[in-house]
Amino acid sequence: MVIVNIAGLGLILLIVWWFWLYKPKEVELVDGAINVIVENGTYQPSRIKLTAGESATLQFLRKDSNPCAGTVLFPGIEISEELPIDTIKTIILPVLTKGEYEFNCQMKMYRGTLLVE
Amino acid sequence: MSQSSQETKSDHHNDSTKLQHELAIDGASCASCVTKIEKALSAVSGVEKAEMNFAQRTAIVMGNVTDDALIAAVKAAGYGASPINASSEDDVLDAKEKADRAYYKQLMRKTWIALALGGPLMLYALVTGEVNVNTGGERLAWLIVGILTGGVLYVSGRHFFVGAWKSFLNNSANMDTLIALGTGTAWLYSMIVVFFPEAVPAQARHVYFEATAIIIGLIDLGLALEIRARGKTSEAIKRLIGLQVKTARVVRDDAEVDIPIEDVLLGDTVRVRPGEKIPVDGDVVEGHTAIDESMLTGEPMPVEKGVGDEVVTGTLNKTGSFLFKATRVGKDTALAQIINMVKRAQNSKPPIGRLADAISAYFVPVVMIIAILSALTWLNFGPAPAIALAIVSATTVLIIACPCALGLATPMSVMVGVGKAAEAGVLIRNGEALQTASKITAMILDKTGTITLGSPKVTDIVVANNMSEEEVLQLAASLESGSEHPLALAIVESAKERGLTPGKVANFNAIAGHGVEAEIENQHVLFGNEKLMQERDINIADYVKRAQSLAGEAKTPMYFAVGQQLAAIIAVADPIKEDSIEAINRLQHNGIRVVMLTGDNRDTAKAVAKKANITEFFAEVLPDQKADKVAELQMQNEIVGMTGDGINDAPALALANVGFAIGTGTDVAIESADITLMRGSLHGLADAIAVSKATLRNIKQNLFGAFIYNVAGVPVAAGVLYPVMGVLMNPVIAGAAMAFSSLTVVTNANRLRLFKAQEH
Repeated sequence: MVIVNIAGLGLILLIVWWFWLYKPKEVELVDGAINVIVENGTYQPSRIKLTAGESATLQFLRKDSNPCAGTVLFPGIEISEELPIDTIKTIILPVLTKGEYEFNCQMKMYRGTLLVE
Repeated sequence: MSQSSQETKSDHHNDSTKLQHELAIDGASCASCVTKIEKALSAVSGVEKAEMNFAQRTAIVMGNVTDDALIAAVKAAGYGASPINASSEDDVLDAKEKADRAYYKQLMRKTWIALALGGPLMLYALVTGEVNVNTGGERLAWLIVGILTGGVLYVSGRHFFVGAWKSFLNNSANMDTLIALGTGTAWLYSMIVVFFPEAVPAQARHVYFEATAIIIGLIDLGLALEIRARGKTSEAIKRLIGLQVKTARVVRDDAEVDIPIEDVLLGDTVRVRPGEKIPVDGDVVEGHTAIDESMLTGEPMPVEKGVGDEVVTGTLNKTGSFLFKATRVGKDTALAQIINMVKRAQNSKPPIGRLADAISAYFVPVVMIIAILSALTWLNFGPAPAIALAIVSATTVLIIACPCALGLATPMSVMVGVGKAAEAGVLIRNGEALQTASKITAMILDKTGTITLGSPKVTDIVVANNMSEEEVLQLAASLESGSEHPLALAIVESAKERGLTPGKVANFNAIAGHGVEAEIENQHVLFGNEKLMQERDINIADYVKRAQSLAGEAKTPMYFAVGQQLAAIIAVADPIKEDSIEAINRLQHNGIRVVMLTGDNRDTAKAVAKKANITEFFAEVLPDQKADKVAELQMQNEIVGMTGDGINDAPALALANVGFAIGTGTDVAIESADITLMRGSLHGLADAIAVSKATLRNIKQNLFGAFIYNVAGVPVAAGVLYPVMGVLMNPVIAGAAMAFSSLTVVTNANRLRLFKAQEH
């Protein structure tokens, strides 16, 4: 029983670490642009590194039929765009100052972060 | 709003002579191709600027030109090109509906497959109560069922597992994670019981295949029904998009030809016949007609249009055939801007949704932790068979928790509410404006153009010296001919009606909020209010009473002095709009303190206020003092709405908690306003507040339901009632509850579609 309890608590610690504490590596833009695939409940990549003071282009390709995937919101910069299925949607971001900007679907099940440095 | 997509860039493009086109370029393999393609594009007639982005293989072209011409030029240069984001709103909507329909069918197929296995299994379990694995025969039978259930998980539930895994790899967790973990745990435990029955106590040799199949089936069904219900939430925007026609009849080379709407250029002359919709915005150049603008403004009466009048895309030509010149096409038309603004507002969140957002961010991992803690508690302290109870409680916790209900609560209601408002000719800028409008306690109404028609007429000329009425009016019109003030326009108009021609004016000087002065035919002429006369030592003592009596009739009396002598009082009246009194009563009836604001003198203000049934007013307010009056009411702890024309009132509109701009039907992008009323009626104000209140009430119901559902459901699923009542929730019940919780939220939001602003 002790082993089960330790395993359980270990699992809880793993959840806390993996979902909240661990920060995956950011993906950088190539020539000011990046493709973001919307598929299987995720944005890929979901952490994107940008340079402060430079504009950037995100090209979203939605492959996911789930209606939640149909809208992407950038609450911090007041952008909301519809993502038609199997079609590239180009979103040009304004020049951003340093900080973290989230993007997500309406229900926040699909989530991503722009890291502006 | 600073900037968003290419589409948005062109939406916000203000220069009406330029349009933006974006093309995807094929076959450009080297950097030198860029120059070649840019040259080819720049050579097309009408192109003002062409830039290619080699990294993205896209080209942005500015100019009054068609996509086809640009594509042909690129092809002639040896490359391929296709328009990006050029599909019409209609096409995008069709594609979306098609995708939703296909997804719905797919989910229903998955539902039936899962329920076809889960249903009979459930019935068998309920009738016989035999879902244990004790004998060799039972092991074999349940192994076959287990394999079949595994098949159901693969066919009907694969998307949950794939989604959960991909999310996990991205360090995130969502609804898929919970469903995959819940059903996966139940199926895996059941298979362990089948393969290694000795590994679990005899009382715990229970299988949960029926639960696994039914949960997957029910959640697929819930998702399918949610898609159907979601489709209805966007009906308002569909209706707006449906107003856009696909072709226009354009005069080209002296002949009228039907061309696709995308090919209509600025300056084209367009023919519209009775019963047809206006294809693009423009000004009438020939003919006369009545146009039904109700679909955009909510105004039921058709509007008469003649040469020089503006016509708007999507409105319906009722009577005459006419020609107009296109002034705004494509994404620049008023309709396109309205659609864009409504879509944007539908996707913005009011502050009330922020708590749910904050919770959503932590929800799924927290539920996973609760499931583990619940299982550990049962294992440590639960009665026999503890392991089976632990599995049941953990599975049920994972299945019942519904982050979607929380996540959907606010956006679904905003979507319907903002759409509903747009149908009534009320454009709400964002979710914050929607929420604040529902809390307004005081409403300031600018008098001219808001309560009144804004087109005053000269009603009385009281001559005070030996001049004739015509002489007075001719001089006054000369003085006012350079001014754009509504009262000045009334005087100029009145002089025109009497056939008087304004004379030349020198040394014109406008004294803000008081009047004007100038030299006409070597005489000093002064025109303005009582204060101005007193300041300039003009003797008006004998005429003050007469002026007061005119003011008492809701007219605006102004003194007119020539050469330091009072020459006349000219009174102007601006009639109150027909439905202003009724609309003001509606606001007051809803407990809103209505305050009138005007630059007029106290007596006129008092008379107009009395006519309009308003007890509080600010008179003699200079234009730059309007914002101070807003602040004054805010100091009294009022949540202040300010209504004005959106141009002269910008600072006051911006300072107010909610700024309402009364539009003329086409001025949709009034930046300083939070809410734009497309028609001139004040009923729009009451409608806007009513729809905001209904939407906020709906959001609160949704949030309350979603919070209560999760706050009550998760502990019950974990087994908190077991020690007291001896009950532990069945995972199948949890699956049904979870499947229908999101559906309930969407259905409740859809109730808003039935909302009707008070009849007027």
